[in-house]
Amino acid sequence: MSPTLPNVLVTTDWVAQHATDTGVRVVEVDVDTTAYDQGHVPGAARWNWSTELCDTVVRDIVPLAALETLLGKTGIDNKTTIVLYGDNNNWFAAWAFWQLKIYGHQDVRIMDGGRKKWLAEGRDLATDKPAFPEKTYKVKAPDLSLRAFLPEVQNAMQSKSTALIDVRSPQEFTGEILAPPGLPETCQRGGHIPGAKSIPWGKACNDDGTFKSYEDLKKLYGAQGITADKPVIAYCRIGERSSHTWFVLKYLLGFDNVKNYDGSWTEWGNLVGVQVEKP
Amino acid sequence: MKPEDYSRHQQELAGWAITIETYKLGDVYHCTIANVDPGARFARADGTTREEAERLALAKAERYLSQTRRFTT
Repeated sequence: MSPTLPNVLVTTDWVAQHATDTGVRVVEVDVDTTAYDQGHVPGAARWNWSTELCDTVVRDIVPLAALETLLGKTGIDNKTTIVLYGDNNNWFAAWAFWQLKIYGHQDVRIMDGGRKKWLAEGRDLATDKPAFPEKTYKVKAPDLSLRAFLPEVQNAMQSKSTALIDVRSPQEFTGEILAPPGLPETCQRGGHIPGAKSIPWGKACNDDGTFKSYEDLKKLYGAQGITADKPVIAYCRIGERSSHTWFVLKYLLGFDNVKNYDGSWTEWGNLVGVQVEKP
Repeated sequence: MKPEDYSRHQQELAGWAITIETYKLGDVYHCTIANVDPGARFARADGTTREEAERLALAKAERYLSQTRRFTT
């Protein structure tokens, strides 16, 4: 990993030793919101991405006040070190990381390898739901430079001054399927945003779920012309896989200008009259 | 508690590659099914034996996978 940005990842060993330290809060965030109940890192809290990390009325990220409440009841204040992990190689852990950075939390980290590595290593699992002393959290104004909205993506497509990365599977990229196998279809059209490069999120990971080395990551994205000197927008289907790639580009490779388009294919693939490229 | 009897392997189901992950925690076997690409969990079940948990999870997975349409590109 880049020697200049080591403090956003922690190992499973580190978590085993520090999960219940004062000033540290480990939080599990899964795609499958029941995974926590099948055993979790001892002392870890659980956040539900579908009810707690979004606006449940308007399609949007978690509102400022709701995040303050969530963090407070999880025993987190502005100085807490938050360590996130989850299933699917940390898809929604990265989603939570992205939102916490939008709202300015200083010390957020991801457990490298996520739930997959923790389980494969046969580490302790707890089934209790720990209670935390409530704290007061004050969120900063959102930093929307980390987030791309539709007009910016449309401009990027037209101007080609910003690189677009589609991090879904090759079959989603070509339009052969409309959603990952076994999951509900959530769009009207398949394909991808014209000009987008296909670099599936999983290419950034090793078999054990950990992130690849700095050199390997640089080579992976560089081979597709994705370099730090050009703005980048990543997208997927609903924005969580692309937050994983956003994390890789911004925090493991150190790109300055990279945004997550959380509207992603569920927005683009449902719009009337926009261009879609196939395959 | 430590998970016991952990296994993770791939197979094909309804024309799709899947990963089956199973382990025992306490008295319960937990089984989770994920698609290999892109790697999303989409079915799971619990059971008192490995066979029961996997049979129930695979039945759900097959049902969900049968609803995934393939389009000509």
